Amino acid sequence: MQRSALAEFLRRNGLLVGFALFVVIVAFDAPAMLGMNNVLSVLRQISIVGVIAIGVTFVVVTERLDLSVGSGLTLLTVLVVEQHNALGPGGAIFMTLLAGAAIGAWNGLLIGYFRLNALIVTLAMLSLLQGLTLWYSGGANVNIQGASESWFPVIGRGALFGIPVPIWVLLATAVAASILLGRSRFGRSVFAVGGNETASNFSGIDSRAVVFFAYVISGVATALGAIIMGSRVLGAQSTIGQGYELTILAGIIIGGTSLLGGTGSIWRTVLGVAMLGFLNNGLLLMGYAYYVQWLVTWVVIIAAVWIDLAAKRGRILA
Amino acid sequence: MRDAGTHYTQPLDKPVLKLDGITKVFPGVKALDAVSFDLRAGEVHALMGENGAGKSTLMKVLAGIHQPDAGRIVHNGVEVRMPTPLAARASGILLIHQELSLSPELSIAENIYLGAWPTNALGILRKRKLNRDAAAALHSLGCDYNPRARVGTLSIARKQMVEIARTQAFNANVVIFDEPTASLTDTERDQLFATIRDLQKRNVAVIYISHKMDEIFQISDRITVLRDGKLQGTVDTADSDIDQLTRMMIGRDLDSYFTRATGQTGPEVLRLEGLGCEGCFKDVDLSVAAGEVLGLYGLIGAGRSELAEAVFGIRKVSAGRIFWMGREITPPSPRKAIDMGLCLAPESRKEQGLVLGMSGRDNITLPHLRDFSRLLMMRRTHETEVFERYRGILKIKTSGPDQRVADLSGGNQQKFVLAKWLCKTPRLLILDEPTRGIDVGSKSAIHALIAELAEQGLAVIVISSEMPEVLGVSNRILTMSDGRINAEFSGAGMTEQALIDAVSAPT
Amino acid sequence: MNPADTNAGAQPEHHSAYRAALIDIVLRNQIWGFLLLAVILFSTASPFFLTVNNLANVLTQGAFIGLLAIGMTLVIINGEIDLSVGATMALALALAIGLQNSGFGPGTAILAALATGAFLGFLNGAVVVLSGMHSFVVTLGGLLGIRGLVFLYTEGDALMIADFTYTELVEIYLGPISLTAMVFLGLIVLFQWVLSNTRHGREAFAVGDNIEAARDAGIRVGRHKIINFTLCGLLAAVCGVLLSMRMGTAEPQAGRIWELWAIIAVVLGGTRLQGGYGSLWKTLGGVLTLAVVQNGLRLLNTPNYVELIVMGGVLILALGLDRILTYKIRAGRT
Repeated sequence: MQRSALAEFLRRNGLLVGFALFVVIVAFDAPAMLGMNNVLSVLRQISIVGVIAIGVTFVVVTERLDLSVGSGLTLLTVLVVEQHNALGPGGAIFMTLLAGAAIGAWNGLLIGYFRLNALIVTLAMLSLLQGLTLWYSGGANVNIQGASESWFPVIGRGALFGIPVPIWVLLATAVAASILLGRSRFGRSVFAVGGNETASNFSGIDSRAVVFFAYVISGVATALGAIIMGSRVLGAQSTIGQGYELTILAGIIIGGTSLLGGTGSIWRTVLGVAMLGFLNNGLLLMGYAYYVQWLVTWVVIIAAVWIDLAAKRGRILA
Repeated sequence: MRDAGTHYTQPLDKPVLKLDGITKVFPGVKALDAVSFDLRAGEVHALMGENGAGKSTLMKVLAGIHQPDAGRIVHNGVEVRMPTPLAARASGILLIHQELSLSPELSIAENIYLGAWPTNALGILRKRKLNRDAAAALHSLGCDYNPRARVGTLSIARKQMVEIARTQAFNANVVIFDEPTASLTDTERDQLFATIRDLQKRNVAVIYISHKMDEIFQISDRITVLRDGKLQGTVDTADSDIDQLTRMMIGRDLDSYFTRATGQTGPEVLRLEGLGCEGCFKDVDLSVAAGEVLGLYGLIGAGRSELAEAVFGIRKVSAGRIFWMGREITPPSPRKAIDMGLCLAPESRKEQGLVLGMSGRDNITLPHLRDFSRLLMMRRTHETEVFERYRGILKIKTSGPDQRVADLSGGNQQKFVLAKWLCKTPRLLILDEPTRGIDVGSKSAIHALIAELAEQGLAVIVISSEMPEVLGVSNRILTMSDGRINAEFSGAGMTEQALIDAVSAPT
Repeated sequence: MNPADTNAGAQPEHHSAYRAALIDIVLRNQIWGFLLLAVILFSTASPFFLTVNNLANVLTQGAFIGLLAIGMTLVIINGEIDLSVGATMALALALAIGLQNSGFGPGTAILAALATGAFLGFLNGAVVVLSGMHSFVVTLGGLLGIRGLVFLYTEGDALMIADFTYTELVEIYLGPISLTAMVFLGLIVLFQWVLSNTRHGREAFAVGDNIEAARDAGIRVGRHKIINFTLCGLLAAVCGVLLSMRMGTAEPQAGRIWELWAIIAVVLGGTRLQGGYGSLWKTLGGVLTLAVVQNGLRLLNTPNYVELIVMGGVLILALGLDRILTYKIRAGRT
């Protein structure tokens, strides 16, 4: 009995245990990792991935995917920068959130209402949004003009009570999303649809609408990420969000949310993304090249999911 | 009597297959309880029993899909074990599934020999030999299909013939048919029977599982009946009749076992006029009143579940009118139906009834999220209260509100399905197979509950293919066959014989 | 199951059978319609499109994604997916060039590159089969990790071949057809033959369509899948080697999101993402359509964003069309 309790504890928290071990090892080698400045800087770095991953978590819990968020991030960052120069910060933020919602709505329409395959639709959107970005920006880099007079840079570069604003945005998003997914009526429907779509329909839940709104949330979260990005970089180029969709998925998977739908939580996603961030940071501090983190991520993804599955079925091999 | 192709050397009366005391226990239910059974070469042996009686489990034990917990299988005089379906096939035992196990993209010949294709040393298919062998197997069944044709293009009857052709290909000596006529036309059925007779002539032993009495009497030599996982007996078809079999299948404890609602009938709740749904059912007239339990009896595939789904708004209605509380309404959506108080506890609790990964509490409130929330937020304490109330009323065995329903037994899961609909008292509750696959104790508890609900003024429609259940709980019974309602019974007219006649009448 | 089924079965099958067969053929080959449409469109729009040289060029350009798409088709017919092929391709590319620069002969370098690709494919397959994880997760890890290996090997810089005679190896033409295109077409024919004539090939459909039935019939499903993942990795390496000959350089970011283009080509061709249905002819159609659209748009001097937008649009259109047609034909049949 005790043994199985230990196994259960490891299954639930094995990732954290492994992560703590990693932190200890790194801290011996490079104590700077645990310094306040370093921790805040890592958290600030992960804020964009984190915010978007929070939105994508809704989609993943409904048993679907969103590969278009990287391209979406690029387009929306270009948009927020361009609109900042045209409409000022308030208008730009509004327009960007609206555009993000529209991208999500389009995905949601095709996947939720027309029931097309999510992988292919969002793959097509990846290409389409990249094309739109090039069309919109003409392929050139864009920059925020008159940054010194605008309050816009505060979002990406400012600090409140000594903590950078992006971290506050991430925290606020996480709290709001956590309430939405974990406590609200909509969140309950999201879990129901991801757990068993047929049974949800038999319970009077409109699964099409639930999927639709999950994608809208993913789109809005991408817009939020783009606003932080634009404000941080004070500009954008047409490759700025490249590859984000993969890092985001990796973070969600490492956090323990299954791609099979019906399970997951916002805190797990934030944890997964944070772990990836600290992993990256720790490896860099220990003097490894930046690409070593990809190798480590590979091993961590497979180990994390394999251990989870093995614990569930009570043996290692399928 | 022996054909050139068979290698059979036993006298006819010696069993080719003998099952001795086979027992199979699944978590929470004893699916087979010391069942013994013997099968002679060249006979058609029918296996009967109600849903959940253990027929399928028994056949899966034979076909190597399940392993028995106790008992012996003796095949051709030797005790054998069937560790895998492959081993069963190698020893000549072939199961023809109700849902055919064919790959539509492969050719007829490839499907017949699936997993045993002739190849040369490099793994290249010897297509000519394969097609020739397949053609021969098909030919011996009197089929002239092109063995190269893709199985996906065939009709269901032809697909079935492809499966049957495996008997020739693998020299089967025992063939098990599981509800083979469920999706066949009469002509196709006659062809199938001719084929079965042909197998019989080749000394192949056939096990034939069906619910349809007329078929059983037409095709079988002996009949074995199971009930609740126990052997009820084996009889010669010639010495038997429908009455005897029905008694064996359902036992004699009808009246003691069931509770019938005895309250007053109130105003009409639902009336259907000429309701139709393309490809499922048509011209359905039906009415049900408050306080009444209406039974809807029919065999699987008669269109009962489809009717329920159409009324509930899951399926599109293509013709007819629906009246709710005396007023005509347009076909509702499930959401609207639930809000009106029209609820459906669907047939498959795992696929349609419950979100298995969710907790019991969350499953109960799933259809009523609006009623259990305030300002878009779920009211957890309120949900828990309702959970605790129904846990008490329905005596659900669960460790608490957060336990996932996936970890519960079938009976307890079914109680959650009921709780889900009862917690916002509906006006009409449609129960599709409310007691399928659950233990006897839970069954009678659910039957008592149905009566109680009706006495409280609910209208209840019970859909079931279990005759005693329908007979035991209903105030009135409609029978359904081939997508139509074909008879109505009430009071003393509700007898087993009448129902059997109604559903097995040729259409 | 329902009365309508049996009614349909009772009718004489001749009339409807012809029509159904015809619709079936059209449905199964819709990609060639797309391709024809694209060819007609670009021939009328540009005089340079319908020339032998340009078409040969299209074929060569398409061949690289096409090689990845061959392996992807095998894996997708099995009901799995491989997101790591672009990175595997890049690693093979880097090894083919890097090993020569470290003093190995071209033959050794090529062999090592191919073996590495096959091994990584094997690793993907083995992890999928042994762990029971979804191949999407496993190969997503591979996508990141193998790219990490590429950077580790190249240290993040582009490698350039020291001895440029290596790039002349690929200068073999059959008429206007390049060696790369020949290898691609040859492998399409070979693997289509494997799919339709060998036990392994036929098993692929059984495994993808109904894995339980396949297992019950004695097919060794795990081994089967591992072989296909291995082939997929090997073909990615073949692509990398051919690219190394053509380019003479190895960028560490080479082949980024090519895995997505390969998936797009396969799905556009009509192979079903859920498994059990597809062919390499379809994939050939998908690859050619992508290449023609890309080439045609460039001939028309459209800015490169049009290409991306059109590709995305075509993919959604193809998916929607497929949904509508399958829905119609189902409604017509049952």
